[in-house]
Amino acid sequence: MINIHQLSHHYGSHCALNAVSLSVSKATILGILGPNGSGKTTLFRILSTLYPVQQGEVTMGGTSLVADPATIRRKIGVTFQAPSLDSRLTVEENLRYQGYLYGLSGKALQLRIQELLERLKLADRLRDRVQSLSGGMQRRVEIAKGLLHDPEILILDEPSTGLDPGARIDLWTYLQRLRDETGMTILVTTHLMEEAERCDQLAILDRGNIAATGSPEELRSSLGGDCLTIQTEDPAGLKQKIADRFQLQFQQLGESLRLEATAGHELLRDLVEAFPEEIQSVSLAKPTLEDVFITRTGHQFWGEESGQV
Amino acid sequence: MNGSTTQHTTGNVAAVGLAVRSLATRELVRFFRQRTRIVGALGQPLIFWILFGAGLRGSFQAPEWAPAGMTYQEYFFPGVVVLIILFTSIFSTISLIEDRREGFLQGVLVAPVPRVSIVLGKLTGGTILAVLQAILFLGIGPLFSLIGLAPSMQIGWTPTSVVAAGLFLILVSFTLTALGYLIAWPMESTQGFHAIMSVFLMPMWLLSGAFFPVPDSGWLAWVMRCNPLTYGVAGLRQLMYSTTALSEATNLASLSTSVLVMLIFAVICTTVAVWMTGRRKSADQR
Repeated sequence: MINIHQLSHHYGSHCALNAVSLSVSKATILGILGPNGSGKTTLFRILSTLYPVQQGEVTMGGTSLVADPATIRRKIGVTFQAPSLDSRLTVEENLRYQGYLYGLSGKALQLRIQELLERLKLADRLRDRVQSLSGGMQRRVEIAKGLLHDPEILILDEPSTGLDPGARIDLWTYLQRLRDETGMTILVTTHLMEEAERCDQLAILDRGNIAATGSPEELRSSLGGDCLTIQTEDPAGLKQKIADRFQLQFQQLGESLRLEATAGHELLRDLVEAFPEEIQSVSLAKPTLEDVFITRTGHQFWGEESGQV
Repeated sequence: MNGSTTQHTTGNVAAVGLAVRSLATRELVRFFRQRTRIVGALGQPLIFWILFGAGLRGSFQAPEWAPAGMTYQEYFFPGVVVLIILFTSIFSTISLIEDRREGFLQGVLVAPVPRVSIVLGKLTGGTILAVLQAILFLGIGPLFSLIGLAPSMQIGWTPTSVVAAGLFLILVSFTLTALGYLIAWPMESTQGFHAIMSVFLMPMWLLSGAFFPVPDSGWLAWVMRCNPLTYGVAGLRQLMYSTTALSEATNLASLSTSVLVMLIFAVICTTVAVWMTGRRKSADQR
């Protein structure tokens, strides 16, 4: 449904996206996971037609983004991270004016608005000004706005920004229903691991490069075994000592050392016996998506700011 | 845009029409929900008119084209109409910057509408608001003479000139809103717009013959003749005195010249505005 081939984007000399290639099949939720500055917002803006394609090729539903952005605009629904609603207008007015922009009008538009708001449990707020709604409700109106013209592809930029955990779960339940019931292809950018877990496919983006792709399960199991993390006051020294004694290369991340190991519990015991003084605490866990990120990029998710803010 | 078949073209026109209606209606609804904007756009020019009218009465020397006995307040009257239009168009284009900041604009930009309809929607909304307020002021202004806040004026309307003035006001409003649009489009903050307003838009109005007559010669005369808004003010003056007819003079443009200059200026501003809107750029804006 979406094919991205060798897409690059520069702001002056800064490279925001570096030869990104991705493809998404129909009725899939693809998550673009990355920290701030990883290039995911740039990618979102290119796909939503706000930014031009500088280098590379993108097709969506068989249409080239470079050659025919007007047709792409018809196929995609877009939900922005920043609100795009007019807070002085009512829910109904916001959706009606949006409908006009997509060539809908009259009875058909009215029915469509009713139907969407009922599905999103907002029907009773039709005549309320947007500014009187809670953050979760506003977000649902945003999504209704993106879905109004029944797009083939829905693109959402950090959709759960400002949502409480309950509203976040509702949102994801709804996105999954959309995928199952209408076969919509959904692309979501996020920096939240728990959100990434809910996607069918993930692309991990780091400083403009795709670091890994696959389903959350595949990515986690690709690490193999357990993930061992040691807290210590002298990470560099301890790393060296472990290397000398066990021939194991731990990864150093700030104050901690980490390693994936197949028989983690045994290694844990040996380490604690060997260096009782140096080790402050040690934990053994199944790998998370954060571990995947660290392994594939060599740095922590929030460790250093990559690129501009 | 490929309008190869008639049906396609009709479809495009309908899409543009619907989108223009959408954006213009939103503009009107927003305006009437913010009462303070009405006070700002209409109140300040009204106060200017009464205070300057009273204060400058003694020092005013009527230009040669004016009917005998024209007071400064009467001279200033059409100038205030243009000021109201300028203020309203500025306010509606400032909302463009707010739309960008608040996020509404991005939703419009990803919609499958020809970019020209985004421009026309904004300009239509701004024009309707400006014309309504200008007409309101043209109607109530003369009534101030009943309570002694204005002199009696020799303005003479005919049915034709009322219609013509309405059309001309639409043209002036559309042009000024288009000018505001192309200034506001690249702006990130409303502060920037206020700076442009005080060093460019206000002087443009001051030098339009709205506030004082175009001199016969000298650098000021040239600057004022090159100012497109001078023709907006002149055209309105010509239409307002259709029964008494203003005398021919070199420093007051004829109606046909005024309309022509305003039309050309409108086309230029709108074309640039559409071009700017259609340009997608990812410069350093994030």
